[in-house]
Amino acid sequence: MTRWRAILWSSLAPALAFVIALAAGALFILAVGRDPISVYTILFSETLGTWYGIGQVLFKATPLIFTGLSAAVGFRAGLFNVGADGQLAVGSLMTAAAGAALPASSPMFLIPACILAGMAGGALWGAIPGYLKARFGSHEVINTIMMNFVAAALISYVVNNFFSVPATVHTPPIRPGAELPRLDVVSGVFRGSPVNLSLLLAALACAAFAFMLKRTTLGYELRVIGANIHAATYAHIAVRSRIIVAMAIAGACSGLVGSNMVLGYKHYYEIGFGEGMGFLGIAVALVGQNHPAGIVVAALFFGLLEYGGLTINGMVPKELVTILQAFVILLVIVLTKVLRKSIRYAAG
Amino acid sequence: MPAVEIRHITKRFGSILANDDVSLSVRQGEVHALVGENGAGKSTLMNILYGMESPDSGEILVDGRHVFVTSPAAAIVLGIGMVHQHFMLVPALTVAENVVLGREPVRRKIFLDRDGAAHSVAALALRFQLGVDPGATVAALSVGMQQRVEILKLLYRDARILILDEPTAVLAPPEIDALFGTLRSLKDQGKTVILITHRLSEVMSVSDRITVLRHGRVVGDVETAKTDRMALARMMVGKDLELRTHSPSAVRGEPVLTVRNATVNTPRGLPLLHDVSFELFSGEILGFAAVEGNGQSELVDLVCGLRLPDSGSADLQGNPAGARVAHIPEDRIKRGMVGEFSLAENLVLGRLHDRRFARWGVMNLDAIGGLAAGVVRSFDIRPPEPGRALRKFSGGNQQKAVVARELGKESPLIIANHPTRGLDIAAADFVHGALLGQRERGRGILLFSSDLGEILRLSDRIAVLFRGRLVAMMDAGRTTEQELGAYMTGAALKAAS
Amino acid sequence: MLDAIFSAAFLWQTLRISVAYALPALGATFSERGGVVNVGLEGMMLIGAFAATVGTYVTGSPLAGIAAGIAAGSAVALLHAVVAVRFGADQIVSGIAVNLLAIGLTKFTCQLVFDSSSNSARIAGIDRWGSCLPSGLSPFIVLTVFLLVVANIVLFRTPFGLRLRAVGEHPRAADSLGINVFSVRFAGVLISGAMAGLGGTWLALDQHSFTDGMTAGRGYIALAAMIVGKWNPNGAVAACVLFGLAESLSVQLQGSSIPTQLVQVIPYILTMVVLAGFIGKSTPPAADGIPYERD
Repeated sequence: MTRWRAILWSSLAPALAFVIALAAGALFILAVGRDPISVYTILFSETLGTWYGIGQVLFKATPLIFTGLSAAVGFRAGLFNVGADGQLAVGSLMTAAAGAALPASSPMFLIPACILAGMAGGALWGAIPGYLKARFGSHEVINTIMMNFVAAALISYVVNNFFSVPATVHTPPIRPGAELPRLDVVSGVFRGSPVNLSLLLAALACAAFAFMLKRTTLGYELRVIGANIHAATYAHIAVRSRIIVAMAIAGACSGLVGSNMVLGYKHYYEIGFGEGMGFLGIAVALVGQNHPAGIVVAALFFGLLEYGGLTINGMVPKELVTILQAFVILLVIVLTKVLRKSIRYAAG
Repeated sequence: MPAVEIRHITKRFGSILANDDVSLSVRQGEVHALVGENGAGKSTLMNILYGMESPDSGEILVDGRHVFVTSPAAAIVLGIGMVHQHFMLVPALTVAENVVLGREPVRRKIFLDRDGAAHSVAALALRFQLGVDPGATVAALSVGMQQRVEILKLLYRDARILILDEPTAVLAPPEIDALFGTLRSLKDQGKTVILITHRLSEVMSVSDRITVLRHGRVVGDVETAKTDRMALARMMVGKDLELRTHSPSAVRGEPVLTVRNATVNTPRGLPLLHDVSFELFSGEILGFAAVEGNGQSELVDLVCGLRLPDSGSADLQGNPAGARVAHIPEDRIKRGMVGEFSLAENLVLGRLHDRRFARWGVMNLDAIGGLAAGVVRSFDIRPPEPGRALRKFSGGNQQKAVVARELGKESPLIIANHPTRGLDIAAADFVHGALLGQRERGRGILLFSSDLGEILRLSDRIAVLFRGRLVAMMDAGRTTEQELGAYMTGAALKAAS
Repeated sequence: MLDAIFSAAFLWQTLRISVAYALPALGATFSERGGVVNVGLEGMMLIGAFAATVGTYVTGSPLAGIAAGIAAGSAVALLHAVVAVRFGADQIVSGIAVNLLAIGLTKFTCQLVFDSSSNSARIAGIDRWGSCLPSGLSPFIVLTVFLLVVANIVLFRTPFGLRLRAVGEHPRAADSLGINVFSVRFAGVLISGAMAGLGGTWLALDQHSFTDGMTAGRGYIALAAMIVGKWNPNGAVAACVLFGLAESLSVQLQGSSIPTQLVQVIPYILTMVVLAGFIGKSTPPAADGIPYERD
C-alpha cells in the first residue's frame, strides 16, 4: 500500500468520527430547543471565518499538541499517561516561578530557562508514577490520575500560601524578558488573538519526537517495549529505566504547556490553568495515531471545537463540546477496529 | 455405517487452499489417524468437523445423517468433541469446575451443585480409567493430567467421537504410553477416536486406519497393519525423506560455558534448579532433553544473563554470562521478535550497541538496511521485502530472521531453545544446517528441545533435567529415546556422569 | 482530638464514607472478573449522582432518585460494554472517554436544569429509618453489607459466577464450551455500572445536592481497592474501609492546624503507596483487559 493510501486510510476513522459526533451534537442542540444549522454556522464562521478566530484556534491547539505528544510518547512505550493535567500544572507553575524569580536579563537566557524549568517540573511529575511502575509494577493509569489530584492540592497550597498576588489565585508576573511575543506582534497575522511563538516550539517538539522515535536508540527501545515487552527483556533492553525515562519525557512535554499559557499569554500562572488539557491530549494522540503530523492535525480539530464551544456558549452550554470530544474518542477507537477488520476481510 | 463421513470438503483462506476436495470416513469404534506435515490441512479439516470453521463446500455425515456443524456447541450436541493442542482449560479453576463449565448441575434452580459436580467427575474418571482429583486446581496439574481433564470434559458431554489434535506434542514417553492406554480403553467402551498427528511412530502403534493429507488433499487412506513408516513419510512429503543422521563433531575444544552448582529457587525457597554443574565445549552441541517445567527455562535464563543464580555460577569463558550470548528463544513471537517491526528493525534487536548500527544514540539506517538485504540473500528469506512487518512473514521465514540475527552476533555460545517449533520440514532442515555449520566454526551450542528425534540427531552429548536436577549426561550415540524418556520422567535415576 | 477518633461517631462516619468506595469497588470486581477493565467507574458514579439528584428533585422521593441513579450508571456501562466488549476497542481508553462524557453530560444538563453548571438545588436524602437503630447507621451501610453477601454468593456459588470467572481467565476455553463470552462480559460490566451508579446516588443523597466533580477520584480509588483486595469482593470492601478511614481522618484534621490541601492528598497518596506494596502479590484475572475476538 502506497504512503498516500496509508495516510488516507488512517485518516478515515477520525474523519468519520468527527462527522458522526457533529451529527450527535446536532441532536443535543435540538433537545435544547435550538437550530443545529445556525449553531454550527456560528461555530464554524467564528472559528475559521476570521483571522482572529483562526488565531484563537491555533492558540487553543498549541497546548493540545504538547499534551498530545505527552500521551503519544507514553503510548509508544506501552504506557498510559493519564497524568498530563498534573504534569502540565506543575510545569506551568515552575515556568511562572522561574519567570518571576530569576533576575532580569536577556530573553536569550530567560526564555530557555523558563521553558526548561517547565519541562523539569513536568518531567518530575511524570517520573514519579514511572518509577512506581518500573520498580513495583503498579499500574500507571491509577497512579497518574492520583498524581493529578495531588498536583491540584499541592499547587493550591503552594500558590495560596507562598506565591500569589494578594486577593488573586495567580502568581506574580514574570520578567518582561521572559515573555514570548504574540504572533500578531511579530508578524501582524491573527490580529487580536493570543496565539504566540510557543506554536513554533510545538512544531519543534513534534519534529524532535519524530526524530527520537525513528532515528535514535532510545526511541527504538521505547518502541520495542511498547510493542512487545517480552522481546525487549530478552534483548537485554533496560526496560525499567526506559519506562522511567519515557514517563519523564512525557511529563516534560506536558510541562511545555507553560510556554504557551504563562510565557506567551497571561505572563503568570493561575490555578486551574489548562484543566482538562491532559485528557484531551489523550484524545489528540489517539486520533492522530501517535504520529507527530497526525497529532498536529488532531490538535487543530480539537482546538477548533474548544474555541467553538466558547463562541456558541450563549445559545448552548459550552459543555456540549466536552460531550462531542468524548464521542469522538469512542467513535475513533470503534471505527478504527471496524475498518481494520473490513480491510482484513477484503484482503482475504 | 461409518461414525463420521466427510465428503468433498473444500476450504479456502484467501489465496490458500487449506482443504481441497477432502473425503474420508471413520468407522465406529476405531482409532483413525489423520496424518500430514504442518500446513497440510489436518487442523482445518477437524476445525470444520468441530464447528469452529465452516466449509466452502462439501458435506458431513454423522451416523449416516447429514449434519451442519455450525459451532462447537452444535458439535457437542452431535456427540463430537475435540481436545485441542493448546488446552482449553481455565487454570485458576478446579478440575470439576472445568469439566462442568457450561453444563453446570444446579441445586434449587440458582445455586451451583459443587458436590454433584465432583461426584459426576469422579464417577467418569473411574469408568474410563482417567484418574484425576476433581478438587485439584488445574494450574497445579501436570500436562498429562490436564489432558485427562480435557478428555473428561468431552466424556461428561456424552461425546461419542473424540478428536485429539497433536496430543503427544507436550508429553514425555511414559505419559504417551499412558495416553495410548486411555485411547484403547475409550475404544473398548465403544468410542471413536480421530487422532491428528505428524508423529509416525505413534501412529503405527495405536491407530487402526490412517488418512494422509498433503497440501490440502488426501494422498493416502490405508489400514495401519498394511503400511509402514517409510511409506507414510513418502506420502506425507511426496518424496523420499533423507533423514539427517548424527555426525560427530570434528572440532571440540576448550570450555565455552562453565556452570557450577547453579541453584535457582522460587521466592518461597523451593528449588527450580538444584545444584546443576556441567561444561559446554567449543565445537560441540549439548542437547537438553526435559519435559517443560523441570528447570530448562530457569537454566536458559541463567545462561543468557537474564537471571542470577541464588547460588553457584554460570560463566562464559571466565566472564559472568551476559548480554552478548546468542539466544534463539522458545517462543519467537512472544520473545524473539517484534511483529510490527520490519525485518530490518528486527535484525538489530539487542544489537544497537554495535557501532556499525548506532553511534551516540543515533541509528545508522543505511547500515541496518544493508544488513537486512544481506540476510535476505544468505538465508533465502521470502518475500524479499525488508520493509514489510515481520508478522506477515511465514513462521519459517520469521524463525530464519531470528536465527540470522542471533548467529550474526558472533557469540561463542549459542542457545537454541526449541529452534524448529512450528516449522515445516524444509525450514527445520535449514535451521539444523545452520546450527551444525556454527558447530563446525567452533561455537558451543546448547540445544533445548522436547523433540527427542531432533535432540538425538543434532547433539554430541545429551543431558536430562528432571525436577531441576541434572540426572543424566551421556554421549548421544550411546542412548535411545526410551532411555531418555525414562530419565525425563524420573523412572530411572542413575548418578550423573 | 484523639478521643474524637476513637468514638462511635467516628466509626459510623468512616463506614458512611466507605460506602462511596465500596459500592463501585464491588461493581468493579464483577466487571474485571469477567475480564473487562472498567476505568469508567468514576464517570458512572458521577452520572449516577446527577441522575439521582434530578430524580429526587423532580419527584421528591429519594427512592426514585436511587432508581434513576442505578439506571443512569447502567446506561453508561452499556455504552462502555458496547465499545469495549462488542467492538473490542481498548478498554482503558473507553473508560476514560466515558469519564469525560460524564463530566460533559452532567455539567451540560446541570446548566439546563439548575441554571448552574456546578451546583444543583438541594434535595432530600435518606438519613435514618426509625429511632430504634443507632443514629449513625445509615440504611446505605446495611445495603452495602447486604450487597457484599450477595456478591459473594453470586460470584462463587452460581453457574453465572463460574462462567464469569471462566470468561475472565480463559475466554477461549469458555467459548469452546458454548458459553457466550460477550453476553457474560456484558452482564459483568452492567453490574459494575449499576453499583457505581448506586455509589454516586449515595454521594448525592448524603450531600443533599449534586456538585460538579463531586466524585473526586473515588471511582479510581475503588479500582485500587479492588486490586489490593485481589479481585475478591471481601478483600475489595476491606480495602475500601481502609481508604474510607483515610478520608475520614482527613475530615477530622480539617479543623486543625494542618493545611486543608495537604490533608486532602492523604487518600490519593495512600492509594499509590498501597498499590505499590501489593502488586506482584495480587494477580488479575488472566484475560483482564484483553478484548476477546472470535475468528
